[in-house]
Amino acid sequence: MCATCGCGSDGKTTYFLVDKDLSHIRDHNHSHPHSHDHPHDQGHTHPQPNEKKIIDVEMDVLYQNNLLAERNRGYFDAKNILALNLVSSPGSGKTSLLEKTLTDLKAELCFAVIEGDQQTNNDADRIFATGTKVTQINTGKGCHLDAHMILHATRGLKPADNSVLFIENVGNLVCPAMFDLGEKERVVIISVTEGDDKPLKYPDMFHSSTLCIINKIDLLPYVPFDIEKVKANAKKVNHKLEIIEVSCTTGEGLPIWYQWLKSKVLQPEPAI
Amino acid sequence: MHELSVVMGIIKIAEDYAIAAGAHSVDEVELDIGTLSGIDMDSMDFAWKQAKKGTMLNDSVKKINSITAKAKCLDCNAEFPIKNYYDACPVCGEHLINIICGKELKVRSLLVS
Repeated sequence: MCATCGCGSDGKTTYFLVDKDLSHIRDHNHSHPHSHDHPHDQGHTHPQPNEKKIIDVEMDVLYQNNLLAERNRGYFDAKNILALNLVSSPGSGKTSLLEKTLTDLKAELCFAVIEGDQQTNNDADRIFATGTKVTQINTGKGCHLDAHMILHATRGLKPADNSVLFIENVGNLVCPAMFDLGEKERVVIISVTEGDDKPLKYPDMFHSSTLCIINKIDLLPYVPFDIEKVKANAKKVNHKLEIIEVSCTTGEGLPIWYQWLKSKVLQPEPAI
Repeated sequence: MHELSVVMGIIKIAEDYAIAAGAHSVDEVELDIGTLSGIDMDSMDFAWKQAKKGTMLNDSVKKINSITAKAKCLDCNAEFPIKNYYDACPVCGEHLINIICGKELKVRSLLVS
């Protein structure tokens, strides 16, 4: 996992909440290079009648990621942070939606943002301009964020208790679907300049999301996009999916999105 | 190309178990892969060949148990195999279905020496 997470270039991220985190750092440093430390025997051993043995494993391939995701989830729960994973194809308006949301709700909610892109800090700069705490993850060649990256990014970002943490995933409707980051809700964004059959073409993402935001509805008169069809297609893939239509340009529909967002923020429990 | 991350995950699990068992190579990896797991087999084969080089899985073969996805209709309770998330219930035509299996992606067993 480390090979793609860019954590080496993000050395400023430190984390010192509890002791077990330090052990994670040690594990982390020691466990990765090991595959290169055992070249002995390989290839050159004579075909001795080695004893062969079957080992029952029964382990999920994404177990490591899922374990870290649950760890992130526990951290978010303990601090009453609402973590949302925003996924979409590139150019559907994730960052614009965030800019609008952060600006409009600044007085009511506390926010933090993790930006995921292959290259550049452009998105983080846009978020920073709204006055919000933000960490940019550059995945290099990576096509998705994973739980390990979020763990590192959160260490540097230190989102406040009772805040909303937006994680803007790498623009990609395929790979990020498989990787749980520890989020509370997954929000898939599609814009009307895309095809209305997108939910059918990329069903994994729509199946694993809880909310679908249809963006750029101000452009509907100019594009051959059947909004009822896209909604029907999305519901075919995931009958539990909620759908909200918005335009970040005109502001239409944004109050419904804000209402949804506020409904997900839990009031902090009083200290006993 | 998330298949590369998946293959790296498989190699890590296999090596951890093999080392713990005192083995020096992994000869076979048995995988359970559901038809709705989101894995493209061609990409997986490509990633597999590249990623296992120089690891304990260098000469390893993979055996894949493909698990056909099944769903249950929430309207009429029928159980049926599905190919896509958007498939309708073949009995009542509804799309209110829950996936029962087919999302598996796990290492079932290893043959080591």
